[in-house]
Amino acid sequence: MTAPNTLAGPSGSKESLLTILLTFLKVGAFTFGGGYAILPVIRQEVVINRRWVAEDAFADILIITQGMPGQLALNSAIQIGVRLRGTIGGLVAALGVTAPSVIILLIIAAWLYPLYRDNQYVHAVFYGLRPAVVALIAAAAINLGKDILHGTRGIILCAVLLITAIISQVHPILVLVAGGVAGLLVCKRECH
Amino acid sequence: MIQVILSLYWSFFKVGLFTIGGGYAMIPLMEAEVIDTHGWLSAAEFLDIIAVAEMTPGPVSINAATFIGYRMAGVAGSLITTLGVITPSLVLLLLLSKILFTLIQKPEAESFLNGLRSALVALILLAAYSLGQAAIVDIPTIAIFVLLLAASLIKQISPLYYIAIGAILGLIFFPY
Repeated sequence: MTAPNTLAGPSGSKESLLTILLTFLKVGAFTFGGGYAILPVIRQEVVINRRWVAEDAFADILIITQGMPGQLALNSAIQIGVRLRGTIGGLVAALGVTAPSVIILLIIAAWLYPLYRDNQYVHAVFYGLRPAVVALIAAAAINLGKDILHGTRGIILCAVLLITAIISQVHPILVLVAGGVAGLLVCKRECH
Repeated sequence: MIQVILSLYWSFFKVGLFTIGGGYAMIPLMEAEVIDTHGWLSAAEFLDIIAVAEMTPGPVSINAATFIGYRMAGVAGSLITTLGVITPSLVLLLLLSKILFTLIQKPEAESFLNGLRSALVALILLAAYSLGQAAIVDIPTIAIFVLLLAASLIKQISPLYYIAIGAILGLIFFPY
């Protein structure tokens, strides 16, 4: 395991902030499909093309990326920026990966959306997109469940939380915390 | 106006803070804040925005945050929601990355995250069900949903395929 805060890449020289910014602008502007599609692109850029972090250091970055709050692409970008140039490097990497989204979505929300909102073909496209997005969300739940729900205990916990969430209508944050605490209680008995 | 800006920031801060493991973890949180708690959007509008966020490059939740922020309060709103959703990552990773790295590798953290992911499966399923009521309204939309879900169970496919197929079938079957 490498320390998470080494300030220079394997090459030993400091990367310029502009290079960091441009690298993550490119990742943000040209990668479609969200986090799990973006991570391989980031790996290609920073491990293979630019050799900013070694393969094992990138594996450490992924452990933190997936275990903590936030977007996958953003979390890994910030950590790589911090390794290269400290806090300012982290901020620049975050700016790079976020800015294309903001600019592109602003153009759509402010200009394209009002222009085409009442077009019947646009209505037709969204009529088809809505069930497609629901399928995407349902598939995400099923695939996540296949990955993590091993054994009856996980499935029972999931079912209990689902029923609780439906009946009580509580905020999802409470359901998440309840799941985490239930996980901890199981661990209290079995981890040590 | 300042009231709206503040509640936009706070809502998206919560989405950023509790989206653990990225991806679709943000859907139930955003749905709860944007539709249930504040009534900023209808379920159909929310799905439209997620579709646009999938079609455009970049992280889906940042795309969605920008669009929703703009709808609610213009350019200022879009900057505020984006800032809100990325603040937790920035604070945790810039100030606490060493502590986090040690913490995340403890067995307790692993168990906490496993329990939390079980909850996440339940929440994402529930979100699909409640959003589905605004999307799956007639025979063609039932067919699009079933076709894409069945395809995804056979083979994991990129979200872009869902978008392309949904759009094409929508154009063909829309009751003009």
